[in-house]
Amino acid sequence: MLSNAKLNEKIAFGLLRLAMGMVVAFVLVILYYIVSNGYSAISLDFIFSMPRNRMTEGGIYPAIVGTMYLIIGSMAVALPLGILSAIYLTEYAQPGRTTWTIEMAINNLAGTPSVVFGLFGLAMFVKYLGFGASILSASLTLALLILPVIIRASQEALLTVPKEYREASLALGVTKWETIRRIVLPAAIPGMVTGAILSIGRVAGETAPILLTGAAYFLPRLPDSVYSQFMALPYHLYVLATSGTNIAQTRPIQYGTALILLIIVLFVNIIAVSIRSHYRKKINR
Amino acid sequence: MSNRHLKEKGIESLLFASGIVAVLALFLLCIFLFRDGLLLFEAYPISSFLTETKWFPTSDPAHFGLLPLLLGSLIVTAGAIIFSVPLGIAAAIYISELAGPRTAGILKPVTEILAGIPSVVYGFFGLVILVPVIQRTLDLPTGQTALTGSIMLGIMALPTIISISEDAISSVPRAIKEGSLALGSTKWQTIYKVTIPAALSGISAAVMLGVGRAIGETMTVMMVTGNSAVIPGFPSGLFAPVKTMTATIALEMGEVPQGSEHFHALFAIGSVLFITTFIINIIANHIKRRYRFNL
Repeated sequence: MLSNAKLNEKIAFGLLRLAMGMVVAFVLVILYYIVSNGYSAISLDFIFSMPRNRMTEGGIYPAIVGTMYLIIGSMAVALPLGILSAIYLTEYAQPGRTTWTIEMAINNLAGTPSVVFGLFGLAMFVKYLGFGASILSASLTLALLILPVIIRASQEALLTVPKEYREASLALGVTKWETIRRIVLPAAIPGMVTGAILSIGRVAGETAPILLTGAAYFLPRLPDSVYSQFMALPYHLYVLATSGTNIAQTRPIQYGTALILLIIVLFVNIIAVSIRSHYRKKINR
Repeated sequence: MSNRHLKEKGIESLLFASGIVAVLALFLLCIFLFRDGLLLFEAYPISSFLTETKWFPTSDPAHFGLLPLLLGSLIVTAGAIIFSVPLGIAAAIYISELAGPRTAGILKPVTEILAGIPSVVYGFFGLVILVPVIQRTLDLPTGQTALTGSIMLGIMALPTIISISEDAISSVPRAIKEGSLALGSTKWQTIYKVTIPAALSGISAAVMLGVGRAIGETMTVMMVTGNSAVIPGFPSGLFAPVKTMTATIALEMGEVPQGSEHFHALFAIGSVLFITTFIINIIANHIKRRYRFNL
């Protein structure tokens, strides 16, 4: 009887280990294929030169620049809004219908498919507000997409600041806002930065929303204003891998672009995680 | 003093205004999405949209049947969930119950890498590596099938399922587990009969959010499922190309004149997609709120 239970346990744990092994294998296999095929394509010339000969040669400079613009544009909008929103929710909001509605809206925005954000951006920014297919439209669309991520991360950061900090400051006669500004925010900044950095990775990798709001197949020059169309890394990879007549010929460029994207995203994640753990240790000390 | 008070009030109003920005965004999103979607039904009856079995947007007369696309999304999502749910839950159990703290500390960020990889990179990997493998091993005319999409989406849903399940399993109080072990149960019996049932609502929330993630995914499915709008059989449809709602929007929006019937049809599809994920999110968050143990 007991040995039967022990045997079952052995089998079950074996299966659990197998499952965990498979998940880790997925990560390794994907990373392996992209890195091993992509690294030979990457060079300074690949990063800093324009595509040539109908994108079959040359580099991906305009796509990198486009992605940078999107990151700057969407963060400039989403970061202040998200942080202020989080301050309201954690420091001011009373439990009730309004707060419940805000929380529900954030959860639903977070779960809305990115292609739906693309449709919304197309209808509102491109058409209704007349921004056209442009960096501006795409940045605003991406800003809404990452807003829930930034709000959640900032809320979490604010909640880790001990209550005593606030009470000590308030007891000294400091007003609520001054307390938040001088005591709570400085303590919460590392957590907020982590959230912001993680959403940079998200912006860099999103394709469907920018496909509908302004990403261009190919542009011979860099964008010159916020109303210009733009090239971006993820869309460039999609275009090279699926359309045109030279799909096989541009394979090395595709792997190179995928690897650059992967490097940006992983680098950003590593920075975010190390900032988080660095400050966690500091707080615990 | 009153000046200071005024400033405080002013700042509070500003913060409130930023606080409701998410509500405002969701509200505008609904308005703009539904407005353009509903315009389709001025010219094309809603009953045909919901029951037609053909999506031929460019034929004359055009057919805008939702069914092939909806079923396309469902079959790809179902396939993804069938394999990623058991795998994800098993991995979550391993991380929270079997692995030591140091191993768990390595495994968690490794699975988080899966969440960080952009969907277009998954699509590219699927297209270049997995599609030929599927075609060869199953001896199919094309490797771009619903199954290929399911495998890629399953991998992409794993980090969501693992991290939320792991959270739910870890939040089961130790006292309950120790009680079971003290009665002479093996560790596995405890996991299977005590821990998992206690964490079940959290795990179901994880599964729901995984479904939401899979059904809304665009680039990956678009690159690996072949995009042919036919009503898939089950399970035979898994081995043939399908077209999902998301892929239809992303693929066809570039080619349609703005304001045309086809344009509005794509917004109608987007509205269906939005409503679907909205319901899934509400259910998931409702379950999630209830699972935490209050001891």
